[in-house]
Amino acid sequence: MNDISRSIPKLDSVPKAFGNERYVNDIRYENALYAKTLRSPHAKARILRRRYPELPAGYHIIDHTHVPGENVVNIIADDQPVFAADRVTYYQEPILLVIGPDKRVVLKLMKDIHIEYDIEVPQFEWTDSVVHYHFTKGNLAKVKEQADKVIRREYHSGYQEQLYIEPQGMIGYHDGKQVILEGSLQCPYYVKNALIRTLNCADDYVRVRQATVGGAFGGKEEFPSLIACQLAVAIEVIRKPIRLIYEREEDVESTTKRHPSHITMTAYVKDNEILGIQSEVGLDGGANIGLSGVVLSRALIATTGVYTIDHLDVTGDVYRTNTVPNGAFRGFGAPQMLFAVEMFMHHVAAELKVDALAFRQRYLAKQGDHTSTGGTFRDPIIMPEMLSRVLDESDYLNKRERYASPDSHRGIGMSWVLHGCGFTGSGEATHIKARVKLHKRTTDEVEILIAAVDMGQGVKTTMTKLVATILDVPMSQVIYDNPDTNFVPDSGPTVASRTMMIVGGLVARAARRLRDEWNAGEDQWIEERYVQPDYIKWDETTFHGDAYPAYSWGINIVEVEVDPATYEVTVLETWNIYDVGKAIDEQVILGQADGGQLQGLGLGYLEVMNHKQGVIQQRNVTDYIISTSVDTPPMHNYLMDNPYPLGPYGAKGAGELTLVGGAPAVALAIEQAIGKEIHEIPVTPERIMELMNDE
Amino acid sequence: MNDITFELNHEQVTITADPSLRLLDVLRDRLHLTGAKEGCGEGECGACSVLINDQLANSCLVPLANVHKQRVTTIEGIATTKEGKLLQQAYSKEGAVQCGICTPGMMMASYALLKKHPHPTREQIQIGLSGNLCRCTGYNMIFRAIERAAKEGEGTW
Repeated sequence: MNDISRSIPKLDSVPKAFGNERYVNDIRYENALYAKTLRSPHAKARILRRRYPELPAGYHIIDHTHVPGENVVNIIADDQPVFAADRVTYYQEPILLVIGPDKRVVLKLMKDIHIEYDIEVPQFEWTDSVVHYHFTKGNLAKVKEQADKVIRREYHSGYQEQLYIEPQGMIGYHDGKQVILEGSLQCPYYVKNALIRTLNCADDYVRVRQATVGGAFGGKEEFPSLIACQLAVAIEVIRKPIRLIYEREEDVESTTKRHPSHITMTAYVKDNEILGIQSEVGLDGGANIGLSGVVLSRALIATTGVYTIDHLDVTGDVYRTNTVPNGAFRGFGAPQMLFAVEMFMHHVAAELKVDALAFRQRYLAKQGDHTSTGGTFRDPIIMPEMLSRVLDESDYLNKRERYASPDSHRGIGMSWVLHGCGFTGSGEATHIKARVKLHKRTTDEVEILIAAVDMGQGVKTTMTKLVATILDVPMSQVIYDNPDTNFVPDSGPTVASRTMMIVGGLVARAARRLRDEWNAGEDQWIEERYVQPDYIKWDETTFHGDAYPAYSWGINIVEVEVDPATYEVTVLETWNIYDVGKAIDEQVILGQADGGQLQGLGLGYLEVMNHKQGVIQQRNVTDYIISTSVDTPPMHNYLMDNPYPLGPYGAKGAGELTLVGGAPAVALAIEQAIGKEIHEIPVTPERIMELMNDE
Repeated sequence: MNDITFELNHEQVTITADPSLRLLDVLRDRLHLTGAKEGCGEGECGACSVLINDQLANSCLVPLANVHKQRVTTIEGIATTKEGKLLQQAYSKEGAVQCGICTPGMMMASYALLKKHPHPTREQIQIGLSGNLCRCTGYNMIFRAIERAAKEGEGTW
């Protein structure tokens, strides 16, 4: 049998290259109506009165009064209404839909809607904590007394926009039996469950189909539920096909983003050794809590990054502000935390006047060590081997020495990262309870029935390859279609780097059973359900135990040049090495490595987004700058096998790992090039200028 | 309403429409050619790239009137050509396709680039694609796809 990692062309690459793939905006239903969202012009206000224009025949206004069930989008906290009813809490909050056959008429009607507001004073300061977590490891109070030195730093990061190239959108209709929605989304069952609550309907009354997704990165985790609920309410009332597709500005201004963060880290040191660390994490949740608590918990658990520190005191808060709600974005809280940790380890080493590399090596976690939450790193950790390889490939040590002179205007930075694979804690067992099915038809074709979505990361190809390899049949005999909730069981959302490890693990198990029970020409069904390994113990109230079943590991090395006149940063080259257990397809993982890193670098030095009085100041790609082909450095990526016993062929998570180390690596490189400590990302030319002028 | 006549993928078409309509909307909504995608609507992301008289253009910025008596080529027109297949195969082999929403536009930019520079340097490739954003791939696999298409299509471009 061939090594499963050997790359094959992606199954969907031909139709995608030739433009034949059907994205939501390419779906045409006959006589579909056009829908446009009316939004709040205020960050905080009470809605006093509404005056709607007289509507021509065939035109509709759909608002909160039409919601048959609960006017709430089922996420985690029930604080996002489907349509704002008596108050708005952020700029661009959706209030109603105007729907009709002609876009121009709809847009004109929008202008004739008058809503009277009582404007209130919005909250933009981070003072209203709506989620608070605290946990400890060891006994920090005791080591505080022993410390001969206390080193403290504060780190800040800004918004980051997912900027999938395909804006959010959904289209749907009623077929007489069901409300059927098709859209750009990561989590078909999140959407379905939200619909059931909003429509107050039976389980089989709604059907959610995934249209081919034009990029997501977390941005289509929870947000599509909002669009879906609005559209479903409209379809329920109007009973005609309706399209609700965002334009770019609308998408950027009103959809979830990466949480801005403030992180304070304090190290208690004795004889140049870190005894313990206190970290305080604040995230701007925006107007609604949404997933922010879960994002915060992932950040907090990553509080010591790849290092083992025996004594910890960790607190975190999500603050509610009258700004656009923040949510899932590849990395999910870890990028902010790992930026802080990696910078802090360097800053502590610098203050202690010790070599940063040797200093970090002393704390690098080893198999059997206790994690930040008192769990155990059970599996082999091969970071030392990875380090040795990537130091060689990049010539890091020589360059680090050579660029020590500020006249070089160059720098090289290195981040070490890990990413917990799958849902935090017992989430898989208690909340998700994944189920997968394989269906062998009488033709002996095998259908993979899972809710995992291909959003570009290659699920269609890798799952098909996995099943074909186990069954030892041609790939063409295995079928994976975009999930449709009428047919696929709930294998959970396509998030948290869980798809191959968890869902793929179940699919592999089902495939092995099918292989053993194979009856040619017979219709056969195999189902597998997630069972949590006994040794995983997690207490979500105390944050104690194994936060994740497994961890993926990575090292990023980034070399930069900083123009001494303009402070413009050029990323010259990068070297990256990853332990994802086992790549189910090497090229797929290398594609994740390239793309994830460019987003991570963007977070570190390029992508600026902010708000003024709650209004996002960047609305399109003209003013929210992401890396173009010209900004892209050569990236050298290496994979090392370290199979995880419970993953299919040893696979662990990969998608997020490739992003999380980009920001600290580039910030550390810039730090060396300019000879100043960096505490805030993105490190723009303006920020470098401030640092250089701040003698 | 005006009659606008142009050559589209080697065939003459006449559209009776408001000449200020965006070419992108006419292609997608009237002619059902949905290979060109709308990503930004401001001519910055390149997802809607087409060729007008062999020059790369963002069809979201082009009023229909501007293509009157001109030659328009879309991804659907490229797909059937030898060059189009070469490019597609190179994209597949190099892993240059992820979510795919930018890919038709990237293919158009790649095509235009290779027609201009049959043996492009890495820098020429980077500049040639600078009007096309991709959020998935980190571009490197697209660069390699173009290099492969140049090599395997030696003499074709």
